[in-house]
Amino acid sequence: MSEFLAYLIVGIATGSIYALAAIGFTLVWQTSQTINFAQGEFVMLPAILVLLAVKLLGVPIPVAVLIGAAAFVLIFGVGFKRAIVDPMLPHGVLPLAIATMSLAIIMKEGAKDGFSAEAQSFPSPFAADTVSILGTAVSVQFIMIIVVAFASIAALQWFVTRTRTGRQMQAAAQNPNVARILGIPVERMVMLTFIINAALAALASFLISPIYLAKFSNGETIGLFAFIAAIVGGFNQVRGALLGGILVGIFDSLAAAYVSTSYRLAVPLALLVLIILLKPEGLIGRKEERHV
Amino acid sequence: MRNWIIGSALAALALASPVAAQEKVKLINVSELSGAGATAGTNWKNGIDLAVAEINAKGGIMGRQIEIVHYDTQTNPANTRAAVQRAIDEGTYAVLGPVFSGPIGASMQIAQRAEIAQFVGGEAANLTQQGNPYIFRTSLSQTAAMPKLAKALATDVKAKSVAVVWVNNDFGKGGRDAINAELAKVGIKVVADVSTEQGQADFAADAIKIKNANPDAVFAYLNEEESARFLRAARQQGIDKPIWGETTLLGAKVIELAGDAANGVKGHVGLSVDAPMNPLRDFGRKFRERFNYPSDHNGIKGYNAVYMIKWATEKQKKFDKKGVADTLRGATIKVSEEPGILMDTTILKNGDIDRESFLAEVKAGKQEIVAVLPPVGP
Repeated sequence: MSEFLAYLIVGIATGSIYALAAIGFTLVWQTSQTINFAQGEFVMLPAILVLLAVKLLGVPIPVAVLIGAAAFVLIFGVGFKRAIVDPMLPHGVLPLAIATMSLAIIMKEGAKDGFSAEAQSFPSPFAADTVSILGTAVSVQFIMIIVVAFASIAALQWFVTRTRTGRQMQAAAQNPNVARILGIPVERMVMLTFIINAALAALASFLISPIYLAKFSNGETIGLFAFIAAIVGGFNQVRGALLGGILVGIFDSLAAAYVSTSYRLAVPLALLVLIILLKPEGLIGRKEERHV
Repeated sequence: MRNWIIGSALAALALASPVAAQEKVKLINVSELSGAGATAGTNWKNGIDLAVAEINAKGGIMGRQIEIVHYDTQTNPANTRAAVQRAIDEGTYAVLGPVFSGPIGASMQIAQRAEIAQFVGGEAANLTQQGNPYIFRTSLSQTAAMPKLAKALATDVKAKSVAVVWVNNDFGKGGRDAINAELAKVGIKVVADVSTEQGQADFAADAIKIKNANPDAVFAYLNEEESARFLRAARQQGIDKPIWGETTLLGAKVIELAGDAANGVKGHVGLSVDAPMNPLRDFGRKFRERFNYPSDHNGIKGYNAVYMIKWATEKQKKFDKKGVADTLRGATIKVSEEPGILMDTTILKNGDIDRESFLAEVKAGKQEIVAVLPPVGP
């Protein structure tokens, strides 16, 4: 039982990071009806920007984290929206999806050539100790990851549902034409969504990189798991992305423990197939219809 | 005017003639400069570059400058095969690399068919058990290292049970089979046999599994980045038993990546810039000055490979590709004859090597050699 609890906590911790990335998928989907295939790279890059700031500017890590996060939000929040989404969206969602695929490759290869092909150490802000929970030694780092990720998602949920700006964001996402008639600054709300996406990706990056190490190829794994999480939970629901992330994290951890590390990726994929067959809108997603 | 044009043309032809081209000896390195093996491959490449720069600065090999070319295999066996074939087609004098055992196994037949010596960084036991007379290691094989490790676990740690965590590739499988056989010989029981994947990012579940098996010691046999991730996960999950490993686990890059989690790790080290031997320490200093970071064992291996080629060429007194392999098999290269070899090294008939090695421990983020072990052979 204590062993199972340890696997469960590890699964929830990594799952909550997947959830942060998966929320990015849902935010972009809600505002532009497309999939950001560079979402994994969005999580990979902020940690590398931080290490670059340390290397080039010689600043301490906390300052570098602020610089890296600010630079990332500016370039891949505001810049992504202005330089890629705005020009591509009028041509349909498919060109935009392809553009994000290209962006993923550019980010990955750019990080490899501009920084390093090798993994780099990324410091953890949390202690490497363990604490006892129900007789099970549990890593403080994993507990803190869960706390930080859940707090961030709760804050986002509060912002979206309980504030005027958040409700305007929702309205802009659900029906931009009606929102415009009601006087909601739709463009500004969409921009805010992309900024939030970039900020969540940066947070996920800072939480996962001490475990994965900072490396240009990290986006492949994270992007895949986050994508599965978003589909499992429901692509059009922030709560769905959270649920999907946690489920995928737990399934992954239990698969590594009780099945085999060789087949661990197959288990979340099997979950994905099951969801697509039985509940294609996701566990708590809304059904959407399109007329073509 | 006409004579001037003809004269210029003849001069240009002379410059482009084979005589001018022969002034250089071409070496092509085929290694893992990106992908899962980037750390190992980059160190290997840098070791080669250092050796080439030194040799060229001293006049080259028998008066010829070395022209070095590097190809990135992306740690992909198919790419490695293509790169080795390309190296041979482009007239390399010998093939340098790769470092990972899987890509070596997938590509070594190409150099063998071309009768060109191939110098590799792999440690998997099976590489030199296939009767390929053109393959040459630059490090000890698993069959030479594991008996020393099993003995140390039995006598130093007094372990009765060990958890073995290994990477599921040719390198890891070979190491796991070799250590399990040696542990059985010294009466140590393997209580957890944990397979992990190359490129695996999250080792938390594996660490929990090992912790719950409650072994007297842990033996980790993983590649560089995975070693660091495992050590971090082991410390995060509170594994407080001795963690032992072979060369890679105590490498400079692993120590750098794992941070404090590497402290206390012990193991067998085939090559180390911290060894109490001046040539190795001098190499370590030169490497750090040139590349601004400490070399791991792969840097030494790459450096050794170039000097093995130089020694063999000067020994045979001609540039004969096939002769390089013939000269090296069964030879002993002494530091007194060729300082670039760094340690007296015997090359066995099958391409394995034998020489002294070390027991080491990581203390305060640095590898410290605690004992020098003799060669296996007489």
